[in-house]
Amino acid sequence: MAHAATSEGQQHPIRLYLVVWGWLFILSACSYLVDYFHLQGMLRWALILLFMALKAGLIIAVFMHMAWERLALACAILLPPLVVLVFVGIMTFEADYTLFTREVFFRGG
Amino acid sequence: MPDIAPADTQDTVTQPGGWRSLVADWSSDQRAFRSASWGKAMMWIFLLSDTFIFSCFLISYMTVRMSTVVPWPNPSEVFALEIGGTNLPLILIAIMTFVLISSSGTMAMAVNFAYRRDRMRTTLLMLATAAFGATFVGMQAFEWTKLIHEGVRPWENPWGAPQFGSAFFMITGFHGTHVTIGVIFLLIIARKVWRGDFDQQRKGFFTSRKGRWEIVEITGLYWHFVDLVWVFIFALFYLW
Repeated sequence: MAHAATSEGQQHPIRLYLVVWGWLFILSACSYLVDYFHLQGMLRWALILLFMALKAGLIIAVFMHMAWERLALACAILLPPLVVLVFVGIMTFEADYTLFTREVFFRGG
Repeated sequence: MPDIAPADTQDTVTQPGGWRSLVADWSSDQRAFRSASWGKAMMWIFLLSDTFIFSCFLISYMTVRMSTVVPWPNPSEVFALEIGGTNLPLILIAIMTFVLISSSGTMAMAVNFAYRRDRMRTTLLMLATAAFGATFVGMQAFEWTKLIHEGVRPWENPWGAPQFGSAFFMITGFHGTHVTIGVIFLLIIARKVWRGDFDQQRKGFFTSRKGRWEIVEITGLYWHFVDLVWVFIFALFYLW
């Protein structure tokens, strides 16, 4: 791609934004269809997360111009949210434990 | 004091690329984000902090949903609407998603025209973005009204786990607030663009500093972030 981020700001052809816009529409329609056709189980979760990740990636990379920023900024902004996944892991254990105690002490106890 | 930090253009030419640039930028004196102005860097850092806030909401939601012994209400049925005799699952949420994505598209183009100094098109596209945003908030108000009439409260609901209401109102309410603030932000900047503040070097009312065209991109960053958060809410709250 010939366009680049210069001191004059982000200069990219309009076509690029229209293409990404189109893809976001397609991906959103796909994730809606997952629900519409009542897909269940692993396939449902996998598709939902895949479409979510693709949409988020397109928005960050192209609409927010992260693809053209320097690596120093991209790392500073994109790496910290990954730590949230550790938090998700911790809370998964916590929720499982809470469910366990509730089932042991509150159900038919 | 100059309004704008002098851009080290000469430096940019000699900078290394890739991972070497990361080390060079972070170990450099005073300024780590060389391609981004302070305004843009600060907006990114604000958005990072906002990411953590929304993460906390979504993780709390995950925790209560995983740990409840009462079945979770099926969002596909809760948010279904009857249009023309057919019951469409999640239709309102799907339309809201498309509205918000469209607003992101118009915003991206507004940023593009702003860097081409096209006042007319930038203003119109920003107003279109604000209109899409206002539509989104309106539809959300409709959705809230419908659910409240059906008996959803932060502490109870007719379909199952009582935590559903608190998670729903907290997550969508906080997101809706962000959209509302974004619409106001867009209208203020659109007015400045229309008036030609950035060409005439007019000083801002609040900051008494000269604005720059880059503010359109910074506003855009905020707006795209609102759309980005919705992507996660749509997937994790409505579809899950």
